[in-house]
Amino acid sequence: MSDEIIHIKPFLRLAGLEPLVIRPETNFVNVGERTNVTGSKKFARLIRDNKYEEALSVARQQVESGAQIIDVNMDDALLEGVKAMTTFLNLVQSEPDIARIPIMIDSSKFEIIEAGLKCVQGKCIVNSISMKEGEAKFIEQAHICKAYGAAVIVMAFDEVGQADTKERKIEICTRAYKILVEQVGFDPQDIIFDPNIFAVATGIEEHNNYAVDFIEATRVIKQRMPLAKVSGGVSNVSFSFRGNDTVREAIHAVFLYHAIKAGMDMGIVNAGQLEIYDEIDPALRALCEDVILNRNNNENQATEALIIFADTVKAKDQNEGEATEEQKKKLAWRSESVEQRLAHSLINGITDFIDADTEEARLKYSEPLEVIEGPLMAGMNQVGDLFGAGKMFLPQVVKSARVMKKSVAVLTPFIEAEKERKKLASIHPNGASKGPAKILLATVKGDVHDIGKNIVGVVLGCNGYEIIDLGVMVPADKILAEAQKQEVDIIGLSGLITPSLDEMVHISKEMKRRGMTIPLMIGGATTSRMHTAVKIAPEYELGVVHVLDASRSVTVAGSLLNKDQKVPFLKELEAAYIQLKADFDNKKTVRQSLTYIDALKNKAVIDWSQFSVTTPSFTGNKAIELTDLSVLVDYIDWKPFFIAWELHGNFPAILTDEKVGEVASKLYEDANKLLNQIIKENWLNAKGAVGFWPAQSKDDDVMVTNGKETVSLHFLRQQAKKTPGQPNYSLADFICPADQNKKDFLGAFAVTIHGIEKHIKQFEENLDDYNKIILQALADRLAEAFAEYLHVKTRKEYWGYAADEELTNESLISEQYVGIRPAPGYPACPDHTEKYSLFNLLEAEKNTGISLTESLAMYPASSVCGWYFAHTQSQYFGLGKITEDQVIDYAQRKNKPLEYITRWLQPVID
Amino acid sequence: MSIQEALKKRILVIDGAMGTMIQRHKLTEQDYRGTRFANWPSDLKGNNDLLCITQPAIITGIHLQYLEAGADIIETNTFSSTSIAMADYDMQELAYELNVAAAKCVRDAIVQYKSKHPNANEKYIAGSIGPLNKTLSLSPDVNNPGFRAVTFDEVVTAYTEQIRGLVDGGVEVILIETIFDTLNAKAAIFAVKEFFRKAGKPELPMMISGTITDASGRTLSGQTLAAFYTSIEHAKPLSVGLNCALGAQEMRSHIEELAQIATCYTSAYPNAGLPNAMGEYDEAPHQTAAFIEEWAKNKFVNIVGGCCGTTPDHIKHMADHVKNLTPRALPILDPTI
Repeated sequence: MSDEIIHIKPFLRLAGLEPLVIRPETNFVNVGERTNVTGSKKFARLIRDNKYEEALSVARQQVESGAQIIDVNMDDALLEGVKAMTTFLNLVQSEPDIARIPIMIDSSKFEIIEAGLKCVQGKCIVNSISMKEGEAKFIEQAHICKAYGAAVIVMAFDEVGQADTKERKIEICTRAYKILVEQVGFDPQDIIFDPNIFAVATGIEEHNNYAVDFIEATRVIKQRMPLAKVSGGVSNVSFSFRGNDTVREAIHAVFLYHAIKAGMDMGIVNAGQLEIYDEIDPALRALCEDVILNRNNNENQATEALIIFADTVKAKDQNEGEATEEQKKKLAWRSESVEQRLAHSLINGITDFIDADTEEARLKYSEPLEVIEGPLMAGMNQVGDLFGAGKMFLPQVVKSARVMKKSVAVLTPFIEAEKERKKLASIHPNGASKGPAKILLATVKGDVHDIGKNIVGVVLGCNGYEIIDLGVMVPADKILAEAQKQEVDIIGLSGLITPSLDEMVHISKEMKRRGMTIPLMIGGATTSRMHTAVKIAPEYELGVVHVLDASRSVTVAGSLLNKDQKVPFLKELEAAYIQLKADFDNKKTVRQSLTYIDALKNKAVIDWSQFSVTTPSFTGNKAIELTDLSVLVDYIDWKPFFIAWELHGNFPAILTDEKVGEVASKLYEDANKLLNQIIKENWLNAKGAVGFWPAQSKDDDVMVTNGKETVSLHFLRQQAKKTPGQPNYSLADFICPADQNKKDFLGAFAVTIHGIEKHIKQFEENLDDYNKIILQALADRLAEAFAEYLHVKTRKEYWGYAADEELTNESLISEQYVGIRPAPGYPACPDHTEKYSLFNLLEAEKNTGISLTESLAMYPASSVCGWYFAHTQSQYFGLGKITEDQVIDYAQRKNKPLEYITRWLQPVID
Repeated sequence: MSIQEALKKRILVIDGAMGTMIQRHKLTEQDYRGTRFANWPSDLKGNNDLLCITQPAIITGIHLQYLEAGADIIETNTFSSTSIAMADYDMQELAYELNVAAAKCVRDAIVQYKSKHPNANEKYIAGSIGPLNKTLSLSPDVNNPGFRAVTFDEVVTAYTEQIRGLVDGGVEVILIETIFDTLNAKAAIFAVKEFFRKAGKPELPMMISGTITDASGRTLSGQTLAAFYTSIEHAKPLSVGLNCALGAQEMRSHIEELAQIATCYTSAYPNAGLPNAMGEYDEAPHQTAAFIEEWAKNKFVNIVGGCCGTTPDHIKHMADHVKNLTPRALPILDPTI
């Protein structure tokens, strides 16, 4: 640290297990309202019935749907409030995923508040204290809150009553502020005002200005007392529309829109159920605006208009269903300005009108480029903001990108013509003025997987970056030469299989050698923050960032390209990586391993004396081709498909998930549409090979007889010290040892999906990333389904050791069958080079058309291979870390140089 | 010179381990009992705080060794002097007396030291408040996560009694240390604030020192360092810092972070490295001092010293290394957002 003096700003700082700092750039803070017995019937019932475990899940759900603080209220006549608050908060403390965020202790009884404060180690908010019972009591309570280290919400309430007008709200808040700061010594930033949100549109004329009073009071309070905060219970405002959620949510959105602009910092809301202001039906929004802002409301006209509208919404919901409502919405937005229509199409991913709207905009603006820089970028910025705020999800963003690309495609010829005209016809973007920042993306040499990379490209593209995508299997030289030639601002590398990690280390070394200065982003399923910190970052000091998923890529790229943020961002990251590396080094020394010899002695105990194997229906290999893929549909495991789209959850539960259910259902519908087309039009075909061979084990080798030849397969054994009774597994344990003189067999398979390239190209030409990524993800699922299908056939027919097995698809996915099919390169047998033996035995190149890259990735990318073990005790396991003695032994067994083996086994060597 | 003024001018040194030094005396059960507790029904060996009553000369002697080594702040030997922790020896009733006696041991040591070094810098007595053997945020029963072995009110009562003893004994600073559960610390802070508010006396300055117990950078009760600091900031402490648990090497990144976020002075008194397989600390004095010096040069710290395993020799090396270094300046608190 240098001698510069640190400045610390008076932000409101709260804490659960982690800190929450409320800065000016912190958007509106959501306080989850569902853990409130007065507001949630469900929560009240759970607490009354003593079902605290379930009550905790309400809290957890609030956190998951984006609450940054949770409000806990136990004010119920039938409850012992102190006891309920204590029990619930003590339980919350033992749930780190909830206790992570700060707690707002909410009660009208101070004894309940104090009971809550005694349970929470973090810095809480007390909700609330007031001067309702006079100054003395207010001061005493404030002192106590301060002694517990809590921030307080002060309700605008005094001896006279609750403040309803703007003037009274300001007066009471100002008076309370003075007392707290001057007499109690409260930090101003720890004071939060609740100037009372009351219901509007009640039919009583005096109530009509309540929202305006709140908003205007907020404005003045924030001007006079800029360090203090303003909060409120938002759902009160729409109380008169109980039972009509469409209208209530619209009112909330409109109210918040204005209140936040006036300075409201936080509010108690149903996190996850906030309507987007811009997305409200414009007719409804206009009515809500009148009601909230008390316009055109002299004789309750605005109120009545909204009530009439609300009835139609209700009636429609009840009578005609949603379709007509949808249609009405559809028509409504078409009558707006062209800019609004473009934005609407972008946000909603509608391509139907984009060509016509783009053309209209082109004619309206003086230059075609202005259409991109103006309305299109504005629309995409909204998409980026909504995505960043968790209000849009990946599948929607990819659809937005498709709309954007289509619109740009309409404009491009005109832009080119314009350039020509201005004699600025420079083909190289370098020649033009400095355009958007450029990000180069590539899947590294030896790796063929690119779904994730494509998604990152789309998301970054949506955020205004120019993406240069070099595709898959790109050598380091090409990546770096291209990066330098094109003067890109960031390089992003992707990889799915473990050897790609070494390639990434290599690239970072090369960047250093070439004296490059641009930052490097690392992503993909096999990468991790730990690996990046320990292996990649130390090789290149100018910024290596591990990016967990596409959503994070935007903020990371933003921080890296912002002059002011870059240095602190990288500094912070460096500290985190150094810490991670230190953790890693520390952990290394405490791991307890057995020597390889001792591990061998602790192999899985299998009673071979009783063993008798089912003889497969054939030995040697056999090619299997499927032209009709419809048989595979039932074998598809959809969960990974949704994960590819960053929608995490179990299938089919995800389709009805409160937060992402709608998006997931739409995606599922689109995927099935495409899947049906693929099957009906025979887009793809599935090629596979299966084989079985007599086999015997000796320690960790398995000798298989292939015709006249004997082939040795090599496996690795767990070396972690186990609890007594737990074996150190090796897959070889599941094959009968040679000294038993009994017959046993080993099987293998490889499957792939051919034919995707042509259709990918077609989608690319149609600027349709959405369907392109769906197709890629589906091909992966079909390859996995094919593997599952072949495994069933193997168990019941080809090998036939479980001929009468009857299992549902769920049971298959949860692996409730006898026998396993582990894949070389994955946890039970992480040595990718064993694929050579597997491919030779199966004659896989000839039989399936799969080829192996130098990193032993399979091409086409949608391929799966593995061994079949049939023994009833065979099971999946993770190898864990192994030590040098086993590596040396393994190299001898494989008859390969130690350096070669060490390189391939690097990820599992301790 | 008040401790606040001294901190503006230089880096202050707090003393090192008490337990390690007591061990050197190889005391027997009889030594711990003295005459007063000769017939006490439970075993007393290991009740180090009791030595302030039964062997005051030994405790005063250890304090004196630290003063000679260059420590500016001497902690009272009261880490467990609460009715809750003393219950292990059935000595709940003695809590107040133990604190008064411990403060006297330090005072006596300072008097002796000053008579030998009349021109030495001012020395300060810090009343040590330990974390308790019972925790408010965690359940001791894995099957009943809502259960607590002790209540907030019981902890406040116990700490209030300790504070009363320390104040009556004449301490100048309250040191809440080795915090592994922030809620226990908040109870201690609550007790300090309410004690002085109700007594109508000006509050003594508080030093607060937490413990990061694992490499993930969290307290035992699960808070990140920033969350911990936010949760105790209302104490308006004289200093905040870290002690115990990790050696200096492992503590570095945490103390660096704290130096960035703390509005008050910062303190660090690590263990002498990590314990070896035998549970002993073997980081040599010059090694610990080298870490401390680097922190001081980087302006991470205002108060340095040692915890478990450190000796007067460690403290002497530290004091020599930081003697001429400028202390960390307090951050500027911007008046506006």
